[in-house]
Amino acid sequence: MSSGVDVTLDNVWIKFGDFVAVREANVNIKGGDFFSFLGPSGCGKTTILRAVSGFLNPSEGRVLIGGKDMAGIGPNKRPTALIFQNLALFPLMKVWENITFSMEVKGASAVERRKRADELLDMIALQGQGDKLPSELSGGQKQRVAIARALCAEPDVLLLDEPLSALDLKLRQHMRTELREIQQRVGITFIYITHDQGEALTMSDSVAVMRNGIIDQIGDGHAVYDTPATPFVASFVGENNVFRGKISAINGNEAVIATNRSGELLSRITPAAVGKLKVGDDAMMFVRPEVLNVGEGTDKTTISAKVLNEEFEGNSYSVFLEGNGGKRIKMAMPNMGQNQHSTKGEVVSFSYDVNNAVVMPAGELASE
Amino acid sequence: MRSNILFGRVALAVYLVIFFGYLLGPLLVMGLTAFNSAPFPSITPWQCYTYEWFGALFQDERILNGIKHSFIVGIGTVILSVSIGLAASLVLTQVWPRWRSTYYTIIIAPILIPGVVLGISTLVFWRRVSEVFGENAAFLNNGLFLTIIGQSTFIASYCMLVFVARLQRFDTGLTEAALDLGATHTQAFRKIMLPFMRPAIASAAVLAFLASFENYNTTTFTFGAYPTLTIELSQMVRYGINPSISALAVIIVALTVFAALAAEVYRRRSKIKSGDIKPGKGLPAWMFGNVATILLVALSFVVIAMVYSAQAYSPAQCKIDYKAERQIENQTRIEALQKARREARQNAAPLESITSEPPSQGAGAFGSVFAPTNLEDAAGTGSEESGTPEAPASPFGSVFAPNNLEDAVGAGKN
Repeated sequence: MSSGVDVTLDNVWIKFGDFVAVREANVNIKGGDFFSFLGPSGCGKTTILRAVSGFLNPSEGRVLIGGKDMAGIGPNKRPTALIFQNLALFPLMKVWENITFSMEVKGASAVERRKRADELLDMIALQGQGDKLPSELSGGQKQRVAIARALCAEPDVLLLDEPLSALDLKLRQHMRTELREIQQRVGITFIYITHDQGEALTMSDSVAVMRNGIIDQIGDGHAVYDTPATPFVASFVGENNVFRGKISAINGNEAVIATNRSGELLSRITPAAVGKLKVGDDAMMFVRPEVLNVGEGTDKTTISAKVLNEEFEGNSYSVFLEGNGGKRIKMAMPNMGQNQHSTKGEVVSFSYDVNNAVVMPAGELASE
Repeated sequence: MRSNILFGRVALAVYLVIFFGYLLGPLLVMGLTAFNSAPFPSITPWQCYTYEWFGALFQDERILNGIKHSFIVGIGTVILSVSIGLAASLVLTQVWPRWRSTYYTIIIAPILIPGVVLGISTLVFWRRVSEVFGENAAFLNNGLFLTIIGQSTFIASYCMLVFVARLQRFDTGLTEAALDLGATHTQAFRKIMLPFMRPAIASAAVLAFLASFENYNTTTFTFGAYPTLTIELSQMVRYGINPSISALAVIIVALTVFAALAAEVYRRRSKIKSGDIKPGKGLPAWMFGNVATILLVALSFVVIAMVYSAQAYSPAQCKIDYKAERQIENQTRIEALQKARREARQNAAPLESITSEPPSQGAGAFGSVFAPTNLEDAAGTGSEESGTPEAPASPFGSVFAPNNLEDAVGAGKN
């Protein structure tokens, strides 16, 4: 199996009539990486995938695979294999025929194909299931057959279009690990499309977060989660408390934001916005529920609010609070075996570490 | 309450009997006429059980040729219509959504155009085309070619409807997956699309063949020197028919039932195999516990038995007996008529003396003429011949005697 090759999107625009599906996409995917496009449905991530696999041509810009411009090269000539959202297993073919379809169209003999199919069935732990029809398999098994079918084509780049979205939670978690293992074993470039930030963060070397056809941020999981570049990324990836206000002071990488309802708060400026904020600008500050701790901190990192209610989530408690002027704040407390964390109506003070908060210019948030 | 339910059930049963009688009654009657030796398709009076009409059918050059032409046209129409319909339906899924409804209307239009119009226009158009090409394109004027072309104009639309229904369930992702895995467009079509369409192609082919086989109004303009079965039958009806047509109907019905049962056997067998239904209890294993199999086997036995008995059985004696019987019957009737007339004449002479007596015997003479059996035969003869009495010796009796008339028609035909 070939080692992974680079995939580059060079200033790619994709338009359907007046509608711009992808705007100025510049992405460099390193060979052998597990790269994810993360975004809500309709953000253009599947469109990018189809441009890479060759089902549509970019209106502007170039798609390069292994440094080679793919313009004018059809999907059946590209070194890519796509795993479809609905898997698109051929319903009338047996499992082994499905897996080796790419060999059949090249004219390989049935004996050869059968042998290869058995190897791949071993790899996906479906020994002896080759003579079944896809309809006789379970969801997870179909999933693995689709992967085997794509790998059988020996692609340099494997493209996956939300392949886990149809599976139930347990299976999805299991398949995440399995996909990651397969990727490390075969060593080819994986490009993964998902709207599930958990999938993107657990599996990927790199994540691109997309909004309305624009790539907001590219980085590894930590970068995207801890230092979001835009309010959209901050609110889409994971949960976040947002405080709106105006910048009242800037000191190096830290800024004081005069929030609308919660007083002045101190925060780190997110790396992407360093140097772009001025005093008086509209800004947003984000603090994740899990970094809030009960107890006073400094006067610019302490908020007090009334407990509204509490939800038990298994591994944690979610405490919903109401601050001044009805400001809603969520706080997450790990479940350490305690029965209850807070009393309804109680006013609590809580604080955060400045390094765990980020401030950036105000912008669009992810819709709930 | 209980009586209400009972009434409902009875009403339903009566309705079903009427409904199925309406559906199958004509077929049953026609089927029986094939085995009656009466020279016109009829079941009363029942003369003799016979297979002679099957023999007559297989001797009838025109019917045999009609069947042959129908098959050629049918197969040609199947090939042409299925390919055109498949292509049309594929285009429908590819064409821009904006043009889809317009395209659909154009493609579907031939179904809405009367068959006669299609027939005439086919004839006119291709005659003109063949004139353009001259002598070396004589096949353009050939009846078989014109009929296939003419029928396909609208049968292709039927086929397209079948394909469109199937295509709507096709996942275009499958074609894309095939392309993505390195298949060419041709390979993707052959290996993915065609296998998916196979059931629809089979049903469209059957539909096209049946529509072609039974078509009359388009074919009537285009058949040229190659009359199909429907054309032959309609021409025969105009000049008088004999029960060999019923024999043909029996064969067609038997084949249909046979095919339907075979399909049912196959369907049930695969369902039993996949465990969807359980095999019936107490049935031998080779029948797959399948009621349809039993019916199929029974039908086969009946057909085989009939074919065998046809070799041995001869209705000759029965016919002779029947003829003798009818002769005696006619004799007595003629005598009765003559007697009645004599009496009437005698009565007429002394008219004044017997005025009180009702003219019942004169009416009786007419009464026997219009006795149900006589009437039926007279009607069966057809109106053309009935107006030409050949032996007007005794004005009423012998002219309307069934036997005389039959002979007259028989002579006319031969």
